Amino acid sequence: MCEHCGCGQPGEAHGHAGHDHHEHNHEHPHDHPHPHPDPHPGPAGPDRRTVVVQEGILAKNDRLAERNRGYFLAKGVFVLNLLSSPGSGKTSLIERMAADLGGRLRLGVVVGDLATDNDARRLQAAGVPAIQITTGTVCHLDAEMVAGAVARLPLDQVDILVIENVGNLVCPAAFDLGEDMRVVLMSVTEGEDKPLKYPTIFRDAGVVLLTKTDIAEAAGFDRDAALRNIRRAAPGAVILEVSARTGQGMPAWYEALDTARAGHASGRA
Amino acid sequence: MHELSLMEQTLAIALEHAQREGACHIHQLTMRVGALSGVVPDALRFAFDVLTRGTMAEGAQLTIESVPIVARCARCDREFEAADLLGECPGCGETATELRQGRELELASLEVS
Repeated sequence: MCEHCGCGQPGEAHGHAGHDHHEHNHEHPHDHPHPHPDPHPGPAGPDRRTVVVQEGILAKNDRLAERNRGYFLAKGVFVLNLLSSPGSGKTSLIERMAADLGGRLRLGVVVGDLATDNDARRLQAAGVPAIQITTGTVCHLDAEMVAGAVARLPLDQVDILVIENVGNLVCPAAFDLGEDMRVVLMSVTEGEDKPLKYPTIFRDAGVVLLTKTDIAEAAGFDRDAALRNIRRAAPGAVILEVSARTGQGMPAWYEALDTARAGHASGRA
Repeated sequence: MHELSLMEQTLAIALEHAQREGACHIHQLTMRVGALSGVVPDALRFAFDVLTRGTMAEGAQLTIESVPIVARCARCDREFEAADLLGECPGCGETATELRQGRELELASLEVS
């Protein structure tokens, strides 16, 4: 029996490719929206077939990230994606940047956390326009969340957009947000072998910031081992040592930022 | 646990293709997962079981093909398979900077009816 249209005709008696049999009444229109590679396999052979897909799971995110990138470029905004484990000093770094750069560069911030808007309020108190994304149970930011958040920022009055990702050294690595540069933070209290344990996130870093250097000695930090490990995991990154509290090393970071922005602007022209 | 959102994306792609095919059931999904994709296959399977309930892919089999890391050494111009991101060139010992393969994360094919 014909299994496709339920017409009751024997399977071999009519062809569905041409749809040229109309002796009997059909209750439904005879247009099949799908191709029939094997139109009548008969009752014994189920109509099971392979569909080749070959589509990247992150393709949608990547497309949205490219859209973000184009939007940021058009707005003349340089975008940083700040990545680290929780407590490495992402928010403190941004506060310090706002205080130091306030006179010449305007910052805007999108900050992701699982819950609370504490970070956004901290940054707003420092005079920085900041939008909090609370992700609920989601362990990373994606391009769509960022697009939604930046729509609420006055981007025309922003020179550098800092996206403070969810504190996590694993998941955010996979999601392009449309940023111009990835900045990975690692504090001196975290253990010198962290880059070797989480190489994926360090791999794509443009800059690695070694933070909280003012307490390195108290933490018994092995600087040489840490630098060696960062270099191994992030062979292409600029490595800088900073303390947001004392301001030590911050000028070198601003210089690196200026260099990157200059390259970005010339790429635009 | 970003595997949950990745599996949501995977199923959205699968359902779209299955519907385009006019299929009613998805019997099998084959994914290709690179060693550097940052994805844990067990977590993908867990998410798959949870998310397929009540959909046309309920009860379907999930096949995960793992894709090894292949890097190229810029100094010796040779390609080699590496155990992890810090893989060193068997020729000169240099850490390879150029990845040829290993980041894959894709839905390769479906079996539908």
